[in-house]
Amino acid sequence: MTAGKNRLESGGRIDRAQHLTFQFDGETMSGHPGDTLASALIANGVRVVGRSFKYHRPRGLMAAGGEEPNGLVRLRTGGRAEPNVRATDILLYEGLVAESQNRWPSLNFDLGSLNDRLSPLFPAGFYYKTFMWPANMWPVYEGVIRRMAGLGRAAETPDPDRYEKQYAHCDVLVVGAGPAGLAAAQWAARTGARVILADEGAEFGGALLGKAEEIDGGPALAWVAAIRGELAEAENVRCLPRTTVTGYYDHNALTMLQRVSDHLAEPEPGQPRQRLWQVRAKQVVLATGALERPLVLANNDRPGVMLAGAAQTYINRYGVRPGQKAVLFINNDSAYPVALDLARAGVKVAAVVELRAQAPLGWLSRLDEAGIEVMADRAVVAVEGKKAVSGVRIGKLNAARDSLVGGMGRRIDCDLVCLSGGWTPSLHLLSQSGAKLLWDAAAGCFLPGPIDQTAAQAVRVVGTANGGGNLQDCLDLGAEVGNSAANAAGHRRRGRGPRSPKAATTPDETPILPIWSIPQNGTSKAFVDFQSDVTAADLHLAAREGYRSIEHVKRYTTTGMGTDQGRTSNINALGIVAGALDVDIPEVGHTTFRPPFSPLTFGAVAGRRIGPLLDPVRRTPMHAWHQANGAVFEPVGQWLRPYYYPATGENMERAVNREVLAARTSLGIMDATTLGKIDIQGPDAAEFLNRVYINGWKGLAVGGCRYGLMLGEDGMVFDDGVTARLAPDHFHMTTTTGGAAHVLDWLESWSQTEWPELSVYCTSSTEQWAVASICGPNARRLMAELCPEMDLSGEAFPHMTWQSGTVAGIAAGIEARIFRIGFTGELSYEINVPAGYGPALWQAIMGLGEKYAITPFGTEAMHVLRAEVGFIMIGQETDGTVTPHDLGLGRMVSSKKDFLGKRSLTRADTMREDRPQLVGLLTDDPMIRVPEGAQFIAGSDASPPQTGLGHVTSSYYSPNLDRTFALGLLQGGHGRHGESIHIAYDGKAVRAEITVPRFLDPGEAAK
Amino acid sequence: MLLLACPWCGPRSEEEFSCGGEGHIVRPLASAEMDDAAWGDYVFMRTNTKGVHYERWCHANGCGRWFNIARSTTTNEILAVYQVGDNKPELPK
Repeated sequence: MTAGKNRLESGGRIDRAQHLTFQFDGETMSGHPGDTLASALIANGVRVVGRSFKYHRPRGLMAAGGEEPNGLVRLRTGGRAEPNVRATDILLYEGLVAESQNRWPSLNFDLGSLNDRLSPLFPAGFYYKTFMWPANMWPVYEGVIRRMAGLGRAAETPDPDRYEKQYAHCDVLVVGAGPAGLAAAQWAARTGARVILADEGAEFGGALLGKAEEIDGGPALAWVAAIRGELAEAENVRCLPRTTVTGYYDHNALTMLQRVSDHLAEPEPGQPRQRLWQVRAKQVVLATGALERPLVLANNDRPGVMLAGAAQTYINRYGVRPGQKAVLFINNDSAYPVALDLARAGVKVAAVVELRAQAPLGWLSRLDEAGIEVMADRAVVAVEGKKAVSGVRIGKLNAARDSLVGGMGRRIDCDLVCLSGGWTPSLHLLSQSGAKLLWDAAAGCFLPGPIDQTAAQAVRVVGTANGGGNLQDCLDLGAEVGNSAANAAGHRRRGRGPRSPKAATTPDETPILPIWSIPQNGTSKAFVDFQSDVTAADLHLAAREGYRSIEHVKRYTTTGMGTDQGRTSNINALGIVAGALDVDIPEVGHTTFRPPFSPLTFGAVAGRRIGPLLDPVRRTPMHAWHQANGAVFEPVGQWLRPYYYPATGENMERAVNREVLAARTSLGIMDATTLGKIDIQGPDAAEFLNRVYINGWKGLAVGGCRYGLMLGEDGMVFDDGVTARLAPDHFHMTTTTGGAAHVLDWLESWSQTEWPELSVYCTSSTEQWAVASICGPNARRLMAELCPEMDLSGEAFPHMTWQSGTVAGIAAGIEARIFRIGFTGELSYEINVPAGYGPALWQAIMGLGEKYAITPFGTEAMHVLRAEVGFIMIGQETDGTVTPHDLGLGRMVSSKKDFLGKRSLTRADTMREDRPQLVGLLTDDPMIRVPEGAQFIAGSDASPPQTGLGHVTSSYYSPNLDRTFALGLLQGGHGRHGESIHIAYDGKAVRAEITVPRFLDPGEAAK
Repeated sequence: MLLLACPWCGPRSEEEFSCGGEGHIVRPLASAEMDDAAWGDYVFMRTNTKGVHYERWCHANGCGRWFNIARSTTTNEILAVYQVGDNKPELPK
């Protein structure tokens, strides 16, 4: 075990009394509670933490927070393994196991690094131009590229942990718990408003955690602790550390990912790993801070090159020394305190290289006292070293800062290079909210544009996200905006307005000197986007090749397209592209920020909706009987329906054939409960049906049933079913199983919006009734025993009528509705009883049916039976492009009334003679069953290209016919009965006779 | 995720609603006399407004009632909520 050789003697927000062991790439190391994996790796002297995406260059940690582009690891093992996690976000726990990514065979020796030397082959857009030709080789190239490039591996086994979702409402959501966010939350909370304060870090304090600031004469972190205590005690405040606000959607709806257990080896009992929050906030205060930019210069990706603020955070927050000898290269004031902190931590600061002509005098004297040399009007023009920084070259730039004066200058030995190219306000969420960002040329960054507080998104921005660099400004504005946001949400505090604490003063600021890339004399790679391996040269190439919009440059070069969404690279890339095109940055525009701000796990997105909880399952009251009798089930919408009932040793084919034969020769029974049922009542019910069905309903007598078709206004069939008249003002409508909800919505929408003058009420009654459908020559005999009080003669109870009765043997006095309708063409009865009596009804029928060898049949036998007699199946014979005429049901269309979709039936296109029309098909070889979906072709040669003339919609084997048969939609099919057609599939063509779509006639027995 | 004020149930999240598209499209009564183009315009054509859009919504996973709203397609601001059958409301300037 290596000790923390870079651990400072004291300082940092770590618990030195406790030791945590962890493994990185198989090596056991030690850290402390309070460490991140990143700080612990630095403490243990690890410099190379990963290989880069494209060139496989060795990379070290560049940042200390969520903007880290290089330090992506695979965390944990087995089902809990998670790829592409930022080492800077991982809180250390005992037994942590992490692995570096994108290297083979090892981090130290990686074959893929050959790519770096072959880099002339991998310019910007290489993916699009190098490997596209010849086209048939692409699958080979793609395989190689995907192996060489890419990030981590996903887990191979299921994740054992639980993920949850939670909804919340609040008056003020404060995003970010740095100084401005804490002040905002404090003063919003003091009005009594319901406040949520979310921060992605484990601890509140934001940037203060990494600095040695003072507030009210004491350590800033004491002030943080005081507010933290006040907020924790307030009942109206919810504090959420380790919670990243990931998306900002319409009307102040935001999503937050709370990493409940990611800081532990395993979640504690009863706890989820992560929780995805959906928050609706009346007011949002964004205190999202700012991210430091690196400077783009030759070999700026060598391990040991780090953002200045990150180096400061490693020292102050984690008590680790990121190097022994440092050079700082800066163009703004923010890194001067870093130089002092480094020196105080025992790091030798060899030089501060200041791009600006004159270093700020206040800081100059402080650094002078510390014995640190400041080299003004100079630039670091190259970093030297390979697996670690060994030194830098200092040069002088010309006045335009686009070339070197006097070549590569003095070399300084160092193992740490701290870069500060300025700060980019973190405005991803603001941009997602729809607010505009405006370029501030002096500050060298985008700032919030004017926000219209009357708009749907009530959002305010404070702190460094708002461009305020000074701690006092952050505290003042945070307090004021927290208070005013609460006021806007309807909460007001009596007495004096908010008061801010006093921050220690810093010397006056000297303006930043923005620069987007440092010129060099060679061709070394100067990285802009470290994670996607995009260099300044790639961006220049894209500009030379004619790309003008930053959105196109982004996609072509992949800059900003990594998991960090270009946190450290976007502004530098914009600046370089604008320079190459010789336009101002606003003309290039900025890329669109889209949620999520940070990667979300699939687990969090899915929450509890996995496995059996993915979707509700609907079961009929008779489900248990089906199960006990060996049914194989088929999902139909959310319903589970018996598919077929195999007897011992039977396969599906034999079971279905047996069921089909039984229904035609003796007696079959099917559970028809799932058919949609809608109860329609009201004085205008018949008129209403007249308008939604293509056929007439006013003449239907009470006790009668009628088959109806519904069309969309485009004239296309979308549902069918039998509807019965229960009373003059009362109908019982049935729909397809899958279409029931849609039909009810359809009826409601017309009744409410277009025909409010019709007095009619539609109620779903699908679940109210259990339905057994019996059919076959013995159906009437069985009914005579089941309902002995009923006259079942053809005259008294004819086809397409219904009667009310009672069923012998199940609770006396319970009304059964018996419909003489079916879907098989056989003598059929559909017996409806209140749902709870379904099992009893089923048992009764099965008992009485024993002497007829009653056979339960499933949906597959039902399909065969209905197709034999040419009944259409919605969704099989129809696909949203089929009219009643196409189905041969034109005779149903009423000429006496208007109905939904009627006018569309006489459009020129719907009247074409050559539309695909429903036909029957009998293959020459009676044992060939053509696949559904197979195309009709003109000749007998199936070789491509072909013009499709339609397709097979249903295809079965019929044990009654002892041959196969099919239905299909064939162009001009109604006029082609008796002709033959070829059906193409699997490269062959099968000849079939075109027939009427009806293959079997049950005859008088069914009447 | 819009926040829509159902006239019967109050403000609810968009996921409880279904959008019925453009409002104030009246179903023609004398459709038999219409030519194909005019009927096609009713069935298929909708405006693609930048600015105020009058549209129909149904509180599908709630009370099931339809209502109309005026919404800005650029800012998603809901400018009015009103009953089916009402005329387009006067909007504040």
